Amino acid sequence: MPTRTVLQQPDIARALTRISHEILESNRGPADLVILGIPTRGVVLADRIAAIIRDISDGTVDSGSLDVTLYRDDLSRQPTRSPSPTRMPESGIDGRTVVLVDDVLYSGRTIRAALDALGDIGRPRVVRLAALIDRGHRELPIRPDFVGKNLPSAQGERIFVRLQEIDGEEFVSIQGALD
Amino acid sequence: MTTAILIKGAALPSGTRTDILVRGRLIAELGSNLSEAGATLIDADGLTALPGLVDLHTHLREPGFEQSETVLTGSRAAAIGGFTVVHAMANTLPVADTAGVVEQVQSLGNAAGYVTVRPIGAVSVGLQGSQLAEIGAMAHSRARVRVFSDDGKCVSDALLMRRALEYVTTFDGVVAQHAQEPRLTEGAQMNEGAVSGELGLAGWPAVAEEAIIARDVLLAQHVGARIHICHLSTAGSVEVVRWAKARGIQVTAEVTPHHLLLTEDLVRSYDARYKVNPPLRREEDVQALRAGLADGTIDIVATDHAPHPPESKDCEWEAASMGMVGLESALSVVQASVVDNGMLDWRDVARVLSSGPARIGRLDGYAEGITVGAPAEFTLYDPTARRVFGREQLRGKGANSPYLEFELPGRVLTTVHHGYATVLDGELVDAESIAKNAAVPHG
Amino acid sequence: MRHLLSTRDLDREEAIGILDVAEDMAEVQNREVRKLPTLRGRTVVNLFFEDSTRTRISFEAAAKRLSADVINFSAKGSSVSKGESLKDTAQTLASIGADAVVVRHPASGAPQVLAQSDWIEAGIINAGDGTHEHPTQGLLDAFTIRRRLHGRTARGKALDGVSVSIVGDILHSRVARSNVWLLTSLGANVRLVAPATLLPVGVTGWPVTIGYDLDDAIAERPDVVMMLRIQAERMSGGFFPNAREYSRRWGLDDARFNALPPTSIVMHPGPMNRGLEISSRAADSDRSTVLEQVTNGVSVRMAVLYLVLSTGKGPA
Repeated sequence: MPTRTVLQQPDIARALTRISHEILESNRGPADLVILGIPTRGVVLADRIAAIIRDISDGTVDSGSLDVTLYRDDLSRQPTRSPSPTRMPESGIDGRTVVLVDDVLYSGRTIRAALDALGDIGRPRVVRLAALIDRGHRELPIRPDFVGKNLPSAQGERIFVRLQEIDGEEFVSIQGALD
Repeated sequence: MTTAILIKGAALPSGTRTDILVRGRLIAELGSNLSEAGATLIDADGLTALPGLVDLHTHLREPGFEQSETVLTGSRAAAIGGFTVVHAMANTLPVADTAGVVEQVQSLGNAAGYVTVRPIGAVSVGLQGSQLAEIGAMAHSRARVRVFSDDGKCVSDALLMRRALEYVTTFDGVVAQHAQEPRLTEGAQMNEGAVSGELGLAGWPAVAEEAIIARDVLLAQHVGARIHICHLSTAGSVEVVRWAKARGIQVTAEVTPHHLLLTEDLVRSYDARYKVNPPLRREEDVQALRAGLADGTIDIVATDHAPHPPESKDCEWEAASMGMVGLESALSVVQASVVDNGMLDWRDVARVLSSGPARIGRLDGYAEGITVGAPAEFTLYDPTARRVFGREQLRGKGANSPYLEFELPGRVLTTVHHGYATVLDGELVDAESIAKNAAVPHG
Repeated sequence: MRHLLSTRDLDREEAIGILDVAEDMAEVQNREVRKLPTLRGRTVVNLFFEDSTRTRISFEAAAKRLSADVINFSAKGSSVSKGESLKDTAQTLASIGADAVVVRHPASGAPQVLAQSDWIEAGIINAGDGTHEHPTQGLLDAFTIRRRLHGRTARGKALDGVSVSIVGDILHSRVARSNVWLLTSLGANVRLVAPATLLPVGVTGWPVTIGYDLDDAIAERPDVVMMLRIQAERMSGGFFPNAREYSRRWGLDDARFNALPPTSIVMHPGPMNRGLEISSRAADSDRSTVLEQVTNGVSVRMAVLYLVLSTGKGPA
């Protein structure tokens, strides 16, 4: 199966920097921002975005992780998923601006689960969505606010996001469908 | 008048190849190139002819538990397994503790006609272990009972056991003891040891069997009686019997096919088909039982064929009944456990499954095996066959065989009883023809 | 995990995995909204052939916090007491549409028989079978020990080198069996302390050390002392002379409690016989985990229900 690299490490860094600027701009500064990653790789991306925002704004930005495993709607259609920890800022999320971060946005079901999970934890003022890759094929009325790269794909194709902190290498690639 | 049967080219247990001519109820001739006009011809090339198998320990369940087995269905299970005689245990309802019941069981057996049914009489009234049953009446009845047993229950009262042993000596009878010390086995579910501790099932300790055997051989010695030990299951029991025989005590012992092949590890499945009394034991016990059978310490193999209806096994372990069917599979299991590994040859098999049990039960006609002038009771067996043992191999009512889905060697192709075939080409002859043959007057 | 029948079937990694999921479930218990939508539309049947209010309500709370529908089927006052077989009961539950069946049964192995049968497809969770196993009790005990030792950093950890003395009626205890297999898989050193009559034949083959004297066990400064309940029916069973002698030799009285190192924890699966196997002082001290065990039981059972119900109905 042919595999094509679509983003290299510098491309990913540029995309995250741009997303960080866009978040700051839309929020009119770093106040009350909480960047929450969806495990596994969304958490790494969220931490990086929070660091970039701190650098460029000199403000404090909280980041954390939001596990959605127990809110999914595909129980027993998939191999059992082990939940990952949910990590919330000490000051909570009530009345704050939460930016959810995922690596690849696809059907939208993960984000639906994330919104449900978030609702059980607190009541943010506003929730935004950032994704490194948007590959299309949405099954729910969900739309990202911040996108690193739009990557139109066929449904049989697979997209791999590799990040240094988890995989020891860094790139985004797309693998062709089986004929 | 039954037709003559001519068997061509069978191997006797000794290995000698011979034709066998059956006329009436007797073996008329042995030798090569025999011929007989009008005889039914059976090609036995490659088959082993064994004398009719004699089971000293069968539960036919009738009267009283006909949903489990009847004399007819149990007889059919016996015939397909190569048996020509079964000894029917006394734990029926009513219990076989009077002449009336044993005569009824015997005549049901005669009418069915697949095998000779010899009733075993109870030792105590109602198997209650307190008062002697009408042992003399049963011995002198038409059924001529020679084996007495409370099997299913142990004759645990030492004084009752002593009296029973003394009483049966007057007509050369024998008491067959189900050796199980009752207090040590209250609520027992399986062999007591590492596995029972792990599975949380109440243990049936080996000592509960060995202690009773030790007591009873000493009692038999004291009163000069014959004692037979049912279903030996432990290495220690083999040791006790070996010691008793060395002292000249008149003790005989049996082992079941399942105790020669299966171990307690099967209980880990909690599959109630493996629940039996005495329970399956350790691998060391299986090895000791095989060695005891090979060196003659254990005299015979007996099936303890114990059919149960499906609901008695299709349940949680503790609620399940104890027992396994065994007539249909006995010869195959003996081959698998002690013949294929060279511990026994076919002459030994004839001894442990035919002449041995006949001698203990004081049954005539089986001492010499397949010889001219002997009753025509034999089976033709293909030891080279292999089959996955399935429900379709069972001919009794009970499906509670532990061997379902096991691959077992050997297959019975023909059984001849009273000079007529009860099994032909590996299939039972129909009940109507058998009953007709059985009704032909003797001689 | 298709079924949970025993802890003996669990290897170290699986066991740690279950405990880690239980940590996630425990976190949810600290939130304002304690309920998760995970098992919405699933039916969990609590099939109890034996009374056990504690275990039943723990499973019930666990299932409800995961949004499952819960049906309680108790043998008392049902057709079971009129002689209906396990098979018929199982087939009835299958027809009702049970996705998981939590079974408590007086016969050892009954949950395994259900799991192996073709009577019912549902996942089977053993909630205590005869004198065999009580795997969720073992798991909640391991979880409780791990939390006491490692607090918030418990995730991913085992119990290597932790010394645990289990004291009392080992012979009849399904709790003891589940703990022996699980704690030793997790690397703990387990010592059994009991009168010889209440140790199973064959216990020498277990991966534990055996002792008959509680004072000796305490002198070895165990990290954990787990007291087992002594059942009323054993008192008359001839296993020991009488309750007083039992209490004197194998009870955790105040003197023995004082002799324990201050860091040792005291566990009991409940319900306790105060004054018999454990003194009130020991039971009520801050080193006792009795109530924590109850709380943790819900988290552990949530984890087990989640793991069983998120497994497809095919072979494991």
